Amino acid sequence: MSDNITKKIMLYFPECETESPIVYHLVKDYDLMINIFRAKVTPEEEGYLVLDITGSDGNIHQATEWLQSLGIIVNETDKGVKWDQNRCVQCGSCVPHCPTGALSIPDRSTMEIRFESNKCIECLSCIKVCPYEAVTSIF
Amino acid sequence: MKTVAEINEKISSGRAVVLTAEEVIDYVDKKGLEQAAKEVDVVTTATFGPMCSSGCFLNFGHSKPKIRITEAWLDDVSAYSGIAAVDLYLGATQLRHNDPANLDYPGDFRFGGGHVMEKLIAGKEVQLFALSYGTDDYPGRELRTRFTIDDLNQAVMVNPRNCYQNYNVAINASDKPIYTYLGYLKPHMKNCGYSSAGQLSPLLNDPFYRTIGVGTRVWLAGAQGHVYSEGTQHSPTCERGVLGVPSEGAGTLALTADMKKMNPEFVRGVSLKGYGVSLSLGVGIPIPILDEDMLKQTTIRDRDIKAQVIDYSTDYPQRTGKVLGTVNYEELKSGTIELNGQKVETGSLSSYAGARKIAAILQEEIRSGKFLLSQPISPLPFEQSMKPMKEIG
Ligand code: SF4
Ligand code: SF4
Repeated sequence: MSDNITKKIMLYFPECETESPIVYHLVKDYDLMINIFRAKVTPEEEGYLVLDITGSDGNIHQATEWLQSLGIIVNETDKGVKWDQNRCVQCGSCVPHCPTGALSIPDRSTMEIRFESNKCIECLSCIKVCPYEAVTSIF
Repeated sequence: MKTVAEINEKISSGRAVVLTAEEVIDYVDKKGLEQAAKEVDVVTTATFGPMCSSGCFLNFGHSKPKIRITEAWLDDVSAYSGIAAVDLYLGATQLRHNDPANLDYPGDFRFGGGHVMEKLIAGKEVQLFALSYGTDDYPGRELRTRFTIDDLNQAVMVNPRNCYQNYNVAINASDKPIYTYLGYLKPHMKNCGYSSAGQLSPLLNDPFYRTIGVGTRVWLAGAQGHVYSEGTQHSPTCERGVLGVPSEGAGTLALTADMKKMNPEFVRGVSLKGYGVSLSLGVGIPIPILDEDMLKQTTIRDRDIKAQVIDYSTDYPQRTGKVLGTVNYEELKSGTIELNGQKVETGSLSSYAGARKIAAILQEEIRSGKFLLSQPISPLPFEQSMKPMKEIG
């Protein structure tokens, strides 16, 4: 298991593929460990799923191709929670509410804010407390 | 001893030595007070946080036919029109028409007066809707138009209260979460909220208002404005600690400047969940180093500035006067404080990083001769306290 890697990905289902038990197949057919952060189906029947997948590089690659063959868009760069550096005034109000340290103040002498999207579990706490709409959810 | 006029001469000739309120601490440590006082001319201070007591006067020029506005909305936010025909006053905490406020608790308060000001300064278009009863000389009864700040004759920011000298720290000792203007507070004192730039904050570097008074030129969101009065709730008679620095709210300033000259980066609408809307504003104030005493005041550091921790679930709203404890800004800025043996996470509402940036911008403007200092025309009151409301019946 030592060569396992973990990737955070966002899946977008243009018209919901809910017919297919995707997570089941990811686990069973591709031997992946799945950690779902957030899922949503909009009234327009679009769907979003943000998850961590852990497994071998090859399996992740094949799983990604399988998902794409179903018409699902696999996004490895964009995440469901976005932090806009220009809107952030660096107040730090969100920091005590972020459970994972994704939003943090690495240097307490400058008090500048850092956002690390790979640490974000999309709990949405920061969106509730940010007074400047600097953090938003894309769905 | 130096005078403001002498310092201005040095600024004009590009020879002034200007440090930020952060830099001056180490500088004096290294050089000693006596030597440093000879060298340093100006120390820049700053703060960037929500200032609920903010607003602006706008003049629109006359419509054809003329209208004497009696009710008005800017992007659906009500503006006060009980002044001259086409003058309006817009307040930062005014909600947008039909905002459900806290009916659906906690409300989101996405847009209000502060956001309209942010839009104006960013050069964006804003809608004006105005009504009147009509008169012989002002027959217009209704008006709907769009404008930008460039279309206005005047757009003047006024902050009846700004730059609170110090402020308390909000905590929640109850068993339910609460929403305050110092942020969302989890139950059982899990986190706390504060709002001050600490060692960079203007009135903490001039705690006895020796150089900051009525008429002092200030940097207000990039524009050169001035102190026009003591701020509302100015109450300098309070508990003071190291170097005479207050450990309570204490002094405040009333500021004004031309909005047309402001930088949108430092004027930001604020939405506080469950509480309301406000405006965050960047302020920078230069302190002339007249002598050693004045320099010493500016060496105040975070660990020597104290703030009181107050329970916003009961003691604050009920005005019991109870204080749960005292902490300093070094502890607050570290991310956790300790209260009654319990670790409490801290979050700030005002931006220290933003205040640093402003202090550096002002430093550069003074160094390059763009920003001159002014001598106050009258001092701020030094002895007075805040009275509670008189309630009859
Ligand atoms: S969504 Fe949650 S985990 Fe992500 S940054 Fe915001 S508070 Fe942190
Ligand atoms: S609360 Fe918002 S503005 Fe403040 S540091 Fe966090 S993301 Fe930035």
